[in-house]
Amino acid sequence: MATAPTSRFITAGTGDPTQPRAKGPRLSAHLPRVILYALLTLFCIYYLLPLYVMVANSLKPLSEITAGGMMALPDAWTLAPWQSAWSTAQIGVEATGLRPYFINSLVMVIPAVAISTILGALNGYVLTKWHFRGATLIFGLLLFGCFIPFQMVLIPMARMLGLMGLSGTVPGLIFVHLVYGIGFSTLYFRNYYAAFPTELVRAAQIDGAGFFRIFWRILLPSSGPIAVVCIIWQFTNIWNDFLFGASFADFDSQPMTVALNNLVNSSTGVKEYNVHFAGALMAAAPTLLVYIVAGRFFVRGLMAGSVKG
Amino acid sequence: MGFLDIKQATKSYGAVKVLHETDISVEEGEFLVLVGPSGCGKSTLLNMIAGLEDVTSGDIAIKGRSMLGVKPADRNIAMVFQSYALYPNMTVRGNISFGMEMHGLAKPEREKKIEAVAELLQITQLLDRKPGQLSGGQRQRVAMGRALTRDPDVFLFDEPLSNLDAKLRVDMRTEIKKLHHKLGTTIVYVTHDQIEALTLSTRIAVMYGGHVQQLGTPKEVYDNPANMFVAGFMGSPSMNLFPAKVAQANGAPAAEVTLRNGETALLPFAGGSMAGHDGRDIILGIRPEAITDRDGADRNSNAVHMIEATVELTEPAGSDTFVVTHMGGRDITGRFRADVQVEAGDRFPFAINMEKAVVFDPETEARVA
Repeated sequence: MATAPTSRFITAGTGDPTQPRAKGPRLSAHLPRVILYALLTLFCIYYLLPLYVMVANSLKPLSEITAGGMMALPDAWTLAPWQSAWSTAQIGVEATGLRPYFINSLVMVIPAVAISTILGALNGYVLTKWHFRGATLIFGLLLFGCFIPFQMVLIPMARMLGLMGLSGTVPGLIFVHLVYGIGFSTLYFRNYYAAFPTELVRAAQIDGAGFFRIFWRILLPSSGPIAVVCIIWQFTNIWNDFLFGASFADFDSQPMTVALNNLVNSSTGVKEYNVHFAGALMAAAPTLLVYIVAGRFFVRGLMAGSVKG
Repeated sequence: MGFLDIKQATKSYGAVKVLHETDISVEEGEFLVLVGPSGCGKSTLLNMIAGLEDVTSGDIAIKGRSMLGVKPADRNIAMVFQSYALYPNMTVRGNISFGMEMHGLAKPEREKKIEAVAELLQITQLLDRKPGQLSGGQRQRVAMGRALTRDPDVFLFDEPLSNLDAKLRVDMRTEIKKLHHKLGTTIVYVTHDQIEALTLSTRIAVMYGGHVQQLGTPKEVYDNPANMFVAGFMGSPSMNLFPAKVAQANGAPAAEVTLRNGETALLPFAGGSMAGHDGRDIILGIRPEAITDRDGADRNSNAVHMIEATVELTEPAGSDTFVVTHMGGRDITGRFRADVQVEAGDRFPFAINMEKAVVFDPETEARVA
């Protein structure tokens, strides 16, 4: 019978037992770690400070802010600034609050994200699993589209939207974001599907599944991680976009970002900082929520895409 | 006309021709193995039969019906892939059922077939698991199960055993052969493993460089290789191929072989073949089992010749001992019985059975005799 090597032989040679131990091993060994955590805590506070200021000041009356207590917690807690920002504050010429614009943004972002993600997945599937002449060129052009600065397309896009009869409407904004989004979503899905075994597609072909069946039944169910990455990316970009919203929307179709700007810039007497803070938090809430809900998939998806692809 | 006919089929990618004009006719119930090294075109040919690759020119017909332009799903074939290609998001049941679902079978009928196939392959207890939870051998069975439900005209196997460990591979090989005996379905099987080819097939197509080098039964391919490639590729350890010269020994043609110390030995050809080729340079091919010790030699052969040579190396392999010596400038391996007392450095009489010897032309590498 063969004898298994004992652990004594395996560990021999690691470490030097003859070396005398330092007198205070605990402190000297832990010191770097203590410093590290102290630094990390410091930076953490530094980064969280703006959020604290926003939350704290959105919950106090204006008088407390103008009195100079910006860093202090509210003396008299109040939700009034939030109510005001949501439903009564002056946005541009009308005192509607941010609510209609929040709804505009939702109506814009949901179809834009959904459609660009699905089209990106389809593109990725075709580009990797159904080789055709010029596939590389088309992918190259889509990729190129990702890197065209927004400002460059403003005037041609305005003209296009005019011709299509979509200028100043929410569908127009959806269209613009769709066009910009497809490049990125295609990039994500193409790289993800490049690592997806082609033999599975072939097996499904022999099993009798057609183009769309293979997509729905075989590829999409395995695309969870990359879909999350794509959705987070698209959602954040489209929700936070200001330029397209400011350029292509009318008063009644403006997204949240533009309305927030109007709220802050509408000067009727005093600047209501507490209302502004509340409005800014409202504008940031959805993206924050998406990150919190899907964030752990985000990192996982990015890793999956990069390591395999 | 056979059951599966490959007629003058070729495949080119742009200017590169990966499969040259190929003609193979497979009878119903045959087990054809396409064997060859990587890049020989065997998998390409299989994919062409499956319809996953287009045929550049020529034709492939199943049951007399041309398959050009017919989709893989409509060819009534089933395929087992090297990576098994199980759908990771479905259970084993879903995997087996998928093809039948796509072909519009009703659910109760599908369930019945799944049960039958699961029982045949002994995977009933795995039906509700996902492929990720299965071992390699189990995945292999599921992949076969998926193929079996189709009742296909032709089964296609693309190196199905090469991802398994050595022992499991041998077990699964036996199972595939049993399955073939039980079902009698026509099988085309691609492998790079010549042992798999010899053990499984009823016929073998040895491929190299996009050409079928030889098509024949395992015995034909093994005993009568058409050229040096087939001779060297089939068999393990491979056939000894070494240079010799045709000479005369007692008035009969013989191969003159140079030994390590410069001595020459004469090996008369069996049955007087190679007459009239005096002085010609040849490559002599002798399988290891035809080079052995005196007592291990084939008693039915009347062309066993003894040559005294120095043993360079012995490789005990349990059931046999492989003994290496030197002839014609090459290492020559002989297969001895395990209990023969022989050691490196010994002068030892080697018994060479010239009935089993084959002769190749050193220029064309084609078979001469």
